[in-house]
Amino acid sequence: MTRLTTGGLIDRTTVLSFSFDGRPYAGHPGDTLASALLANGVHRVATSVNRGRPRGIMAAGVEEASALVQLEAPFPEPMLSATTIELYEGLVARGLPGRGKLADRPDPARYDAIHAHCDVLVVGAGPAGLMAALTAARAGSRVVLVDEQPMVGGSLLGTRGELSDWTATVLAELTSTPEVLVLSRTTAFGYYDDGFVLALQKRTDHLGAAAPDNAARQRIWRLRAKQVILATGAHERPVVFADNDRPGVMLAQAGRTYLNRYGVLAGNRILVFTTNDSAYVAAVELAEAGAEVTVVDPRTDLAPFWAAECARVGIAVRPGHMVTGTTGEERVTGVHLAAYPSGGASATVHCDLLLVSGGWNPTVHLFSQARGKLEYDAELGAFLPVAGLPGAGVVGVRVTGAAAGTVSLAGCLAGGAAEAVAALRDLGVAAQPVAPPPVGTDRVERAGLVLWTVPVEISLDGSDLSDTRFVDLQRDATVGDVLRAAGAGLRSVEHVKRYTTIGTAHDQGKTSGLIASGIMADALGVDMAALGTTTYRPPYASVSFAALAGRDRGAIFDPVRVTAIHSWHIEHGAQFEDVGQWKRPLCYPRRTAFGGLEDLPAAVARETRAARTGVAMLDASTLGKINVQGVDAGEFLDRIYTNIISTLKPGFVRYAVMCGMDGMILDDGTVMRVSDTEFVLTTTTGNAAKVLDWLEEFAQTEWPDLRVHLTSVTEQWATIPVVGPLSRQVIAAVAPALDVSNEAFGFMTWRSAEIAGIEARICRISFSGELAYEVNVPSWYGIAVWQAVFDAGQPYGITPYGTETMHVLRAEKGYPIIGQDTDGTVTPQDLGMSWVVSKKKLDFVGKRSFSRAENLRPDRKHLVGLLPVDRSVLLAEGAQVIADPDVSQLPVVMLGHVTSSYRSVALGGTFGLALVRSGRDRIGERLFAWQDGEVVPVMVTGPVLYDEEGARRDG
Amino acid sequence: MQLISCPWCGPREEAEYHYGGQAHVAYPHDVGAMSDADWADYLFFRDNPRGPFAERWVHAAGCRRWFNAVRDTGTHEVLAVYRIGEPQPELGTQASR
Repeated sequence: MTRLTTGGLIDRTTVLSFSFDGRPYAGHPGDTLASALLANGVHRVATSVNRGRPRGIMAAGVEEASALVQLEAPFPEPMLSATTIELYEGLVARGLPGRGKLADRPDPARYDAIHAHCDVLVVGAGPAGLMAALTAARAGSRVVLVDEQPMVGGSLLGTRGELSDWTATVLAELTSTPEVLVLSRTTAFGYYDDGFVLALQKRTDHLGAAAPDNAARQRIWRLRAKQVILATGAHERPVVFADNDRPGVMLAQAGRTYLNRYGVLAGNRILVFTTNDSAYVAAVELAEAGAEVTVVDPRTDLAPFWAAECARVGIAVRPGHMVTGTTGEERVTGVHLAAYPSGGASATVHCDLLLVSGGWNPTVHLFSQARGKLEYDAELGAFLPVAGLPGAGVVGVRVTGAAAGTVSLAGCLAGGAAEAVAALRDLGVAAQPVAPPPVGTDRVERAGLVLWTVPVEISLDGSDLSDTRFVDLQRDATVGDVLRAAGAGLRSVEHVKRYTTIGTAHDQGKTSGLIASGIMADALGVDMAALGTTTYRPPYASVSFAALAGRDRGAIFDPVRVTAIHSWHIEHGAQFEDVGQWKRPLCYPRRTAFGGLEDLPAAVARETRAARTGVAMLDASTLGKINVQGVDAGEFLDRIYTNIISTLKPGFVRYAVMCGMDGMILDDGTVMRVSDTEFVLTTTTGNAAKVLDWLEEFAQTEWPDLRVHLTSVTEQWATIPVVGPLSRQVIAAVAPALDVSNEAFGFMTWRSAEIAGIEARICRISFSGELAYEVNVPSWYGIAVWQAVFDAGQPYGITPYGTETMHVLRAEKGYPIIGQDTDGTVTPQDLGMSWVVSKKKLDFVGKRSFSRAENLRPDRKHLVGLLPVDRSVLLAEGAQVIADPDVSQLPVVMLGHVTSSYRSVALGGTFGLALVRSGRDRIGERLFAWQDGEVVPVMVTGPVLYDEEGARRDG
Repeated sequence: MQLISCPWCGPREEAEYHYGGQAHVAYPHDVGAMSDADWADYLFFRDNPRGPFAERWVHAAGCRRWFNAVRDTGTHEVLAVYRIGEPQPELGTQASR
């Protein structure tokens, strides 16, 4: 009988059914999957990844390197340790051969994130952590205590209920203290800067299918602490010997935990192989529970107390011996013993459970992540934290208890309280350490032997597979692999880690990393202290991407911005494109005579024809808009833009370009003067935030003396260009009080007028070359005014158009799109826009750079037009422009590239814009575009291909 | 995630800030009289010390104010923050954080 009838922290009155590898089993609340499997006599759980060897359960916690399983129900989740899954009704799992399988359907669970701030964060609710938290709580500090287990107690949970009354009392006091937050099932997995700790709380995992739909399954706690106390305990480490990976080979403390916490006697004939005193208590308790126990200890000078205890409970002790190997297949059946260190006098002993202890590795992961220094302690065979962090960090990070190398329970209790007092002192709070509960005498009497692997010559047949001395069970990496790394000349533990993959599996080498270092140190004859450890990196334990993503998935992964007129576009069948975060109509495909929908070229041909011959309308609300106010606003804009703005009169609009200090174009747009002290700028849609940042930087840092204020008003205005030769009639109809004649309302001016009862600002500006009126109204009224314009335009066949048509229209006129026809290397002069660069202004941003030698070179790239000789061939945007069609001679001289390319109804064929070296000097030349493995002959033209004289803008 | 103290708002998370490069690089007085080499030096070249370095930062997702900070580029520790126009504090005597 594996499950004892009494004892442990499980609820025997409730039975939970579960299935593993297709077989039904039963367990109890309080079980982990691992303890429930052991209770059912299941030792073989998994299969090793490369060598296909049977693998079992080697630990009772997060350090498990072997028992990797996949959950199948209620929802598939791969790569979990059986030791960290709380059992629930209906659990379905299977053992893994190293790799799992992701779900092939969306995860229905919710994940969440939450922030919390505290004075003192205590990680770990064992004896040291509880004392620290209690001391800080009684001092009135704001405390957060996190622990990975479902209940507090830490290492005490693996004992026979030691201090269980005390832990219950402490927990009750902590949870009833207002400023204290106790988070169980919560693993602090990363320390970042300045007291910032991320922790994963598993809120409903343990409920299985009974988890409520409305509760987040897991939650990431983003904890910001002024002081951090790490009471993270220690992980036992094994000793390496041949065939140490068999099911039934387990850490000694794990065997004790299964007995005391879960009421599971994992073997009847138990051999305990230990190099230190800590495993004796496990041996004694297991013997008292009815097992036949033998202890093998390489030390000859045994602790008198433990020798007497073993004699009392009938444990045979074999000092001066070691385990050199095991027998068995699906489960260990026996152990090879030999004298230590000679290897002589070998014998085989039968057993069904082999418990191993090679000492303890303090859990220093978070401390190391905080850049805390570690120092090797040769007596403990462990790296211990050195007090204090490098630099004068503001946040104290302290380590206490077993994590600091403290061995005794009394020492852990006292240490936790003392570290809390020290942390509070740094916060300016005088506190008293709380009194520890009375505990018995600690029985660690003799120093442990630091032994990484038993010193036995193994006769290997030369193949990798004959070495069964596993260092990293999950990676199937052996002592031979480490020695081969040393033989290959590797000297750094970081290199050995990558060469052997030891410590790179899900468990991140919690039990194997130090052993690999130890074997290296022995092989190279160097000091462990000099060799050091590999870097501890977050996460300490596995965290699913779903938890890290939290709510930021699906539609809210990246915010979607829509204009005030969006619903109209949807109702009218718009096809959308993403422009930054904005959804913009690309075109409005219509039903064809055959019942289908127009394709993009057909829709664009129709929309462009409407804009050039009739009237069309666009939702341009996404244009960036910045309101600039102040008595120095004009002066400010003079310094920012390349042309003069201050001379603009209220009621007028100017096209303007801004450059970086390097003279390269940053953005372009229009500037509307509202009054002497107020302007509204427009920016490229995708550049709005960047331009506002740019302006604010100059206003605050270079010219703080200028009285100017900047506000984004992008979302405040809906912008509706009404475009085409018939636009005047539409505007006249919709704004009857406005004189729309050229004489009264000229190009590059703006007027206020009422449209559908709404005060609108109407600008005579054109991004198409056609007569156009840009209607601006507060975005609340955007859709009403859009509808009014649309209705008024019906007699004229008004056609809504999308961004593709907008692009074709502007490209036909040679109007560049900043960021498409330019990159960060193009000046206004390169675009042929010297006219926008003031010669009168003394200085403005970028002016000095225009006269840099590099920017005066005659062979700079210029914006030009390209007309394919075959006007049915569409140039590929990005295609390289070359002069010589023979591309067999390498390197091919590249002159530039195609930046824009469209089919044009107005031009009767395809055309493009390009940046071409000395482009303006090549007008009339025949060049070639290289695309899809062919050369396409093109003629170079000026960038303005339609209405070069600008006759159409006034209708 | 570092905590950086905005001189206007107090300690806020690093993600709220944007970096603005070396501080106290004054715009030259008479750029027209500068040689290309001197202008290029102003335009493209900045110090890159290991240790304390005066930098510009902006509290982009907060008050949107620019300020200066002295940061140790070796440890990332922010040693002092001060408002635009204030002199760079003497380190060692400055307790501001």
